[in-house]
Amino acid sequence: MSVTHTLPPIEKGRSFFGRLTRAREVGLLVLIVVLIVVTTAIQPTFLFSDGGWRELLRQPTILILIAIGEAIVIITRNIDLSVGSVLCLSTYLSGWLFANVPGIPIPLVVLTGVALGAFLGLINGLLVAFLRVPSLVITLGTLYAYRGIAILWIGPHFIRSSWLPPEYRRFGTMQILSIPVLLLVAIVVVLVVGWFMTSRRAGRDLYALGSNPEAATLFGLSERRLTLYAFVTSGALAGLGGLVYLAIFATGDAQVGTGYELEAVAAAVVGGVAIIGGSGTIWGVAIGAFFLATISSALPVLGVPSLWQQSIVGIFIVGAILLDRVLFLSRTRRAKRAGRTS
Amino acid sequence: MSEPLLQLHGVSKSFGAVAALVSADLTLEAGTIHALIGENGAGKSTLVKIIGGLYHRDSGDFLLEGESVHFHNTKDAKAAGIAVIYQEPTLFPDLSVAENIFVGRQPYTRVGTLDRAKMRRDTRELTQRLGVPIDPDRQARGLSIADQQVVEIAKSISVGAKVIIMDEPTAALSGVEVDRLMGIARQLRDEGKGIIFISHRFDEVFSLCDTITVMRDGTYIATNKTAATTEDEIIRQMVGRSVGSLFPKVETTVGAAVLEVRALTSVGVFEDVSFTVRAGEIVCFAGLVGAGRSEIARAVFGVDAYDSGSVTVGGARVPRRNPAGSMRLGMGFVPEDRRKQGLAMAASVQTNVTMAIRSSLARFGLITSSLEEPSARTWASRLQVKTHALDTEAQMLSGGNQQKVVLGKWLATQPKLLIVDEPTRGIDVGTKAEVHRLLSELAGTGVAVLMISSELPEVLGMADRVLVVREGRITAEFARDAATPENVMYAATHAVGAAA
Repeated sequence: MSVTHTLPPIEKGRSFFGRLTRAREVGLLVLIVVLIVVTTAIQPTFLFSDGGWRELLRQPTILILIAIGEAIVIITRNIDLSVGSVLCLSTYLSGWLFANVPGIPIPLVVLTGVALGAFLGLINGLLVAFLRVPSLVITLGTLYAYRGIAILWIGPHFIRSSWLPPEYRRFGTMQILSIPVLLLVAIVVVLVVGWFMTSRRAGRDLYALGSNPEAATLFGLSERRLTLYAFVTSGALAGLGGLVYLAIFATGDAQVGTGYELEAVAAAVVGGVAIIGGSGTIWGVAIGAFFLATISSALPVLGVPSLWQQSIVGIFIVGAILLDRVLFLSRTRRAKRAGRTS
Repeated sequence: MSEPLLQLHGVSKSFGAVAALVSADLTLEAGTIHALIGENGAGKSTLVKIIGGLYHRDSGDFLLEGESVHFHNTKDAKAAGIAVIYQEPTLFPDLSVAENIFVGRQPYTRVGTLDRAKMRRDTRELTQRLGVPIDPDRQARGLSIADQQVVEIAKSISVGAKVIIMDEPTAALSGVEVDRLMGIARQLRDEGKGIIFISHRFDEVFSLCDTITVMRDGTYIATNKTAATTEDEIIRQMVGRSVGSLFPKVETTVGAAVLEVRALTSVGVFEDVSFTVRAGEIVCFAGLVGAGRSEIARAVFGVDAYDSGSVTVGGARVPRRNPAGSMRLGMGFVPEDRRKQGLAMAASVQTNVTMAIRSSLARFGLITSSLEEPSARTWASRLQVKTHALDTEAQMLSGGNQQKVVLGKWLATQPKLLIVDEPTRGIDVGTKAEVHRLLSELAGTGVAVLMISSELPEVLGMADRVLVVREGRITAEFARDAATPENVMYAATHAVGAAA
């Protein structure tokens, strides 16, 4: 026997949702362009100078890397507040290796820095997954604990540029087709992670976990394993961020990366990651990070008093969240209406 | 005939001291629809969770196509071909419909990317086959419950489930949606799948199912061929137990009306509800979970809004959506979920007991422990709350003692009317009797009590009057002497007049 109801027309949900997410990314890109154009009109060297162009493209790299890691964690309905401290330890460890292990190959240092980050992320992940304590509390703790280790270890010292091999320092300024190599690194990471999150089962499982943890458990998805994935990735990317920091600034002390964790969360949220998990794209986050980094380099050039700069960033964050809420409500209302008429 | 698809025998399961299942039997043949029915708390859900791999049985046999199985988790059960569709489907709201169907086993293309085209195609095919085409690309968020169930069913078909368990699937559906779901169930049966169908609605069970297994108090009672049984027979099997003088209901003289509810309506939740509770009287709302009893109580107390009608206490109009105002009029409310709604779990017993009378205890607007203590001590001892000290955190107490603390909190306000929602759920037998004694004593002092309970013996033992709620309406009223398990159960499960 077959069912003999008249078939309701297939609802079109995708185009609307698709337009929505794309609208946010396009909107951010437009804002970035406007910001650059306006700033350049006022101060041409902002763009049209060797350093200006490079600075514009190079400076967002660190934030892009740590924001992507942060986004993955937030997508699983967690948060990682320790990324700034992790970044600091990775920066100093890498500098210290160059100074104390003469002739150490650069790839080995890069690997060590990333591995350190991954290890610190693993600690976060294990604590969250097995103690079942909210990640906000755990990573608030490790934010201080990792920073404390950095202070104990580094003390008043700082990395001197003379510690670094010249080839490594050159990464900071190297350009391919006038695009800084460091940005290219970030772009590769964005592409790989973005592809993974949209196109691999494990990536989709991370979204599923954040979207409905109970259902994920009922489903046999391993909450622990996925939580570990997310935190390890976040730690590893913060480690990589530390290496980028070292290449750009060729220095660093025990205070490197202070406050980065909140910038990372801000970039993720502005880029469209829902703070309650389950949604958001890596591309969006990368653009969000680029946007925030551009604002903070443009505002001083525009003559905005430094007192106002943070407020303006804050307004964008609140605006992004309000926008999400409004869109969410209208979507729910639409869906309800569609449900009732079908 | 070949091996049955699914065979359970003598399955038991306990949680601590509480035996949820004593001895459950079930035999499911392929190509049939098998109803599993019983009162709330009969053990149906526990049995379903054991079959679905969520719980492990303590003892008994569980054969799948003749092979003994031990599932470690839901994944094992799924791999063995068992799918459970819960009343509230468990989808991922942020993922697309297609991804919800394929989550955890999405197909890949040759380059190692998700094969979204195939997922889309298969989803469209599956939902079309079920007669309910759903856009594969839309987000699951915002789908109606009926459509969410269709997605769940599509998922179970696509993983090749042989056994599909539907746990009260129709409870939240409209009439058309129920018909549609029943059509799907028949279609699956004709394709040779075995379906376990849990429902409280007799009309559905009798029109849809081939076999009916009845459970009671965690025990298998009987399996009936639908064609060879009657509703009366099934009801007898469901309730067949003596309701003795288990609870010490004190005879009281019933006084003047305290609570008067007139034509209370909240669109889509309950409709045209009118009743009276008098001083010294215990009135019980009987009915099935989801019938709207708690919703009515919440509206009466002012927690939820309602659309029309009136509520008065002692002649004074109860304000809408203003629990504080209701309390000032002498109402108290002990909610169903005491952990979430009735107790501050991390606060002390003392703080909890005096919570509702803080303003009267306070001096110059300040409250101190020394002001709270005497009052808390009085109530804790009257209620015999077993705790070493008044500063014990509420979350450290047993369920029964927690319930007594919640009761104490309201009794301290010396209410004219007390509403209690499922006062003995999850409480051991001894404490249960104590809670009953307390409520009965309270009524003896002239307090009007409105009690909601899904346990028939409790209702029949405590109530001066029983009001049966079904699908948001009061469908029957029985005086204490006239109420029997059979007629209350019949009223709770049968539509008056036409089927909904």
